[in-house]
Amino acid sequence: MATKLERMAGSKHRFLLNMGPQHPSTHGVLRVVLEMDGEYAMELDPVLGYGHRMHEKMAEVRPTSGFYPNTARMDYLGAILFSHGYVGLLERMAGVEVPERAEYIRVITAELNRISSHLVGIGAYVLDLGAFTPILYAFDDREKILDILEAITGSRLTYCYFRAGGVSRDIDDTFIRRTREFIDRMRNRMPMYHDLVTDNIIFLKRTKEIGLIDRDMAIRYGLTGPVLRGSGIAYDVRKSEPYSIYDRFDFEIPTGENGDSFDRYLVRMEEIVQSLRIIEQALDALPDGPVMAKTKKIKLPAGECNYTVEAARGSLSYYLVGDGSDTPYRLKIRVPSYANLSPLPELCRGILLSDLVTAMGSLDLVIPEIDR
Amino acid sequence: MSGYFSDLITGSKSLLVGLGVTLKALVSPVVTVQYPREKIDVSPAFRGHIDLMKDETTGTHRCIVCLSCMKACPCQCITVEGEKQEGVKGKVLTLFTLDFTKCSLCGLCVESCKPHAIDFSDEYELAGFSREEFFYDLLKRVKERA
Repeated sequence: MATKLERMAGSKHRFLLNMGPQHPSTHGVLRVVLEMDGEYAMELDPVLGYGHRMHEKMAEVRPTSGFYPNTARMDYLGAILFSHGYVGLLERMAGVEVPERAEYIRVITAELNRISSHLVGIGAYVLDLGAFTPILYAFDDREKILDILEAITGSRLTYCYFRAGGVSRDIDDTFIRRTREFIDRMRNRMPMYHDLVTDNIIFLKRTKEIGLIDRDMAIRYGLTGPVLRGSGIAYDVRKSEPYSIYDRFDFEIPTGENGDSFDRYLVRMEEIVQSLRIIEQALDALPDGPVMAKTKKIKLPAGECNYTVEAARGSLSYYLVGDGSDTPYRLKIRVPSYANLSPLPELCRGILLSDLVTAMGSLDLVIPEIDR
Repeated sequence: MSGYFSDLITGSKSLLVGLGVTLKALVSPVVTVQYPREKIDVSPAFRGHIDLMKDETTGTHRCIVCLSCMKACPCQCITVEGEKQEGVKGKVLTLFTLDFTKCSLCGLCVESCKPHAIDFSDEYELAGFSREEFFYDLLKRVKERA
């Protein structure tokens, strides 16, 4: 029996639904306007800009060193990875040689940061799907990483640790010991995660075949990072154009088969294992020496320069145009999450609202990075 | 139909395995710290807000009013002023304030400080009710500690 309102709206009536800006599953201030047909999302439109803070403009009005704290505030989960790209850009442009030890420390801390970012990504993703326990376990492990990094960098989230020419502080034996302990601990914990999450029937039923991105679609949208690798394309900046000293380490690029939400989750899990391998090799080969290049004041020439790194969510590029002064004329940042958000409208056409949360969560978006 | 039952069996098994994991966590040591009653030691490297350090030999601060921290600060949250005084070599510090509402805790000022006059404080319980509570007069603070 149709009600009076249903009769007025007709058989094809649709309604608009605002998901966000304050929705728990959008992880930040992303607003998604949905055109709903019952429980099915028919059209989807992401609205950005709620967290815009003019980071690129800020870079144009201060000396290059003044932008260090900003890099951490774009991607608050992978702050070290973001500053790695920025200092790499400055070094390439000014021609600064980085001491060996500093490069190793950079790789170790960056990979630790990548693990902590993936732990939040996975934990929060499973939380979106309704399982509360795994995020607590993931945060327990992440807490260990934060403790290790805090003892060296002095901060738990916005590290501001890398400087053009090195790192701000040397690591000590305690750091090495605790990192090795963490590697052992994390390796023992991985089977637990697989028992708890990967093999869980509810998780499997909710993620398999949901949010399918095939190879063509992934390339068409310029996706990078675990989202691209989940679709079966083994592209990783650390392998394809090795920066820093990543060419010295032996690690694999995990890829998925079907390109669904489950594959993207699995790629992140496997990346944690690979990052542990890199850290172990870097700790074994850690040389002695200074951690900061002699030339503390860097001078940027006029001209342009680009530097790409693999951040936790994909390929991150800094592009700087200099006019010969120590303040950049323009700094463009290509963030991975922006491209990773773009397939969402196509991905979610005609699927259930609860599956939309699954698909969107598997992209592991960090909204401040998109808005910056 | 057989797929339904095999799903049912593997599914129930996976749930039981998951429950086993949480059961193990139930009897493992507690990691939660009951914060206001218990506290964890602050890491020595912790970057809190900056503070003028007291020199043990002279009993006062070491600031030489070179203004390098002011120039290094990306947020313009440090104000340093000094004046020439008769009989004293160099400038004498008259004002050192930190606007903590703007500070991004990057630590560039501490790195730029040649005489190591400023260092990070290890205070972290810094909630306040008004904006003015976060305008720190660091010179006054170091004198109070002296």
